[in-house]
Amino acid sequence: MLVLKLLFRNAFRNKLRASLTILGITIAILAFGLLRTVISAWYAGVEASSATRLVTRNAVSLIFPLPLSYKDKIRSINGVKTVSYGTWFHGIYIDEKNFFANFAVEPKSFLELYPEFVLSPGETSAFFNDRKGCVAGRKLMTRFGWKIGDSITLKGAVFFGDWDFVIRAVYRGRDENTDESQFFFHWDYFNESLKKKMNHPWVDQVGYYMIGVTRPELAADVAGAIDSTFKNSLAETLTETEKAFQQGFIAMSGAIVTVIQIVSLVVIIIIMAVVANTMAMTTRERIGEYAILKTLGFGGGPIAILIFGESLVITMIGCLLGMASTYPAADAFRNALGNYFPMFNVEKETLFLNLAAALLVALVAAIIPTRRAIKIRIADGLRRIG
Amino acid sequence: MDVPLSYNFRNLWTRRLTTVLTISGMALVVFVFASILMLAEGLQKTLVETGSYDNVVFLRKGSTSEVVSGIGRQQASILETLPEIVIGSKGQKLVAKELVVLIALPKRGSDKSSNVVLRGIEENSFLLRPQVRLVEGRLPRMGSSEVIAGVNIVRKFKGIGVNETLCCAMRDWRIVGIFDAGSTGFSSEVWGDVDQFMSAFRRSVYSSVIFKLRDSLEFQNVKSRIENDPRLTVVAKRETRYYAEQSEIMAKFLRVLGFSLTIIFSLGAIIGAMITMYSAVANRTAEIGTLRALGFQRRNILMAFLVESLFLGFFGGLVGLFFASFMQLFTISTMNFQTFSELAFSFALNFEIIYKGMAFSLIMGFVGGVLPAIRASRMIIVDALRAS
Repeated sequence: MLVLKLLFRNAFRNKLRASLTILGITIAILAFGLLRTVISAWYAGVEASSATRLVTRNAVSLIFPLPLSYKDKIRSINGVKTVSYGTWFHGIYIDEKNFFANFAVEPKSFLELYPEFVLSPGETSAFFNDRKGCVAGRKLMTRFGWKIGDSITLKGAVFFGDWDFVIRAVYRGRDENTDESQFFFHWDYFNESLKKKMNHPWVDQVGYYMIGVTRPELAADVAGAIDSTFKNSLAETLTETEKAFQQGFIAMSGAIVTVIQIVSLVVIIIIMAVVANTMAMTTRERIGEYAILKTLGFGGGPIAILIFGESLVITMIGCLLGMASTYPAADAFRNALGNYFPMFNVEKETLFLNLAAALLVALVAAIIPTRRAIKIRIADGLRRIG
Repeated sequence: MDVPLSYNFRNLWTRRLTTVLTISGMALVVFVFASILMLAEGLQKTLVETGSYDNVVFLRKGSTSEVVSGIGRQQASILETLPEIVIGSKGQKLVAKELVVLIALPKRGSDKSSNVVLRGIEENSFLLRPQVRLVEGRLPRMGSSEVIAGVNIVRKFKGIGVNETLCCAMRDWRIVGIFDAGSTGFSSEVWGDVDQFMSAFRRSVYSSVIFKLRDSLEFQNVKSRIENDPRLTVVAKRETRYYAEQSEIMAKFLRVLGFSLTIIFSLGAIIGAMITMYSAVANRTAEIGTLRALGFQRRNILMAFLVESLFLGFFGGLVGLFFASFMQLFTISTMNFQTFSELAFSFALNFEIIYKGMAFSLIMGFVGGVLPAIRASRMIIVDALRAS
């Protein structure tokens, strides 16, 4: 207890320096926490996806379609429970800045396959009964101030023209990590409209199939069976679990995630330099005191405890302040950039990493000063001035 | 009279550990700052250099990139008859109808697949892109399943090289050559005969039509005439403009990321400098008193400490930029959100980034040093002398 008091007294002997250092750590921990959260937001789609759902797409790449006729062939494969399909529509609402994910889907099987999208029964049937109807996520509704019954128009970037929809339902997420900013409409409406254009290549073609399997452990076998069914056909397929599919997306932008990861380490190194600097100054000023302690018979151990302890006190205070301010900062971040990152939640793991980082900084920063303090000969220490 | 500079140098030298730590903190900030600016610069350089100013690209109205665009054969043949197209050396019109599709290829190392642009070309395409040079093998014969691959594709993707085959659309495409288009987006593409690609991928429409202007000034004429032609649903863009637009979101993302990170980081480094300078002032109270007693003015003291802090910033900037310049050796390959395909680009350093980095570093030194310097200059001689 006495040691702790001594550590605090020592740490705050130079109030200005101590508070500046603490401020620095607070900022660094805050930045570190936010960067970790950005990375986990990047992976949110993977976290939210299920391992029991499969995604089948054209083996060449995502921009090639699959024929609708594959649906029944897939359904007849052993282990398949539900088959749904959809097309990535890439519609633009007024301006490219207002980006959100929008899909043409087969509504009944889609909602069956995605129980995490919760709709009220009344709205569900209203959506089913209106071919021009669409469903938007709760966040998307608030973002554009839409209400049920509103007519909206999307400009097709891939599927040329203006497309009109009527909002018939709002969905909310069952789980915390469900993306509430997506937009769905009837694939039938989409297909009928394409048919009116002279032989559009996407008529009766779908972008991907989503497949629910009866038991999760069958997923790999079912995926293999689907791909071998369509081997050597005009449109070969590639089937993988939804998780792997999402991970594939992230892997493509992997370089950016790596950059953010490196940068979140750099911020820790910068703060290490700052804390090490503070500790170096502190010990330099007190070298005489350490000499006196040595004269009194204290060995290297107690002196090391004093220096390491002081470093720990400073970093831990900064770390706690930083962690406390991570939450309001994350909220502000979500309000500002929520459109790009549908999920922005601080994870528990981030907090532990914060603590670990602060501990590491405290220890590393104290090494050189401690070595100096222990090595110095008593006579030199007493003789030395400032 | 000013306090001599050697005084500042010696002070920094006496507190070596502190000085080195402060400088390395600042250097790291400048390093991150410069690297991210270099990345954004490299990306834009790559995409801007990809286009030529005199080339005009036609895309379907409403489409933002070649991947989602489509121009029917009929419309393409109308575009081929434009009088503004320059005539090539063999008397042919320098116009090319091209097809762009994306295929997924496994990357080297990670085995994860990424999208690669497969560009269907005509013979004129090489004349329209003079930056494309063959470095190995030969050009593909038109009318055959032969393709050539860009150097960045060879470097970053598995199983790409001369005499290897690419398998997609139920055909085997033999790679007969490797081309280098400098630091342009074409180096991240695979090229082959457009008609072969169209039949293999069952596409009935081209992605884009590109031609070279007879006279650079005629662009506005062509644009307004074509876009008002009721037979056509296309937009015309200069090729440079088209590729600049492709990099906009990505470059903006990198810049915003870079600036917000460096601002946070610089707070840390400024605090580091401030701690150093405050302690320098506190340790030297008696010295300051002596200097004042010797007749140095308050502003001389202020300047002396500011200069010392600016030195810290200056060295921090130098070290940071020194290490950042090595980043030019690296090439980053990532997905461009706008085209949804792989693009390789390297860090590019230019004088603007050097100025910005140095200025930034000096500002950090100044901000960190100004308060301590003011404190030093405000000291009263008697109190300062008595301090020790």
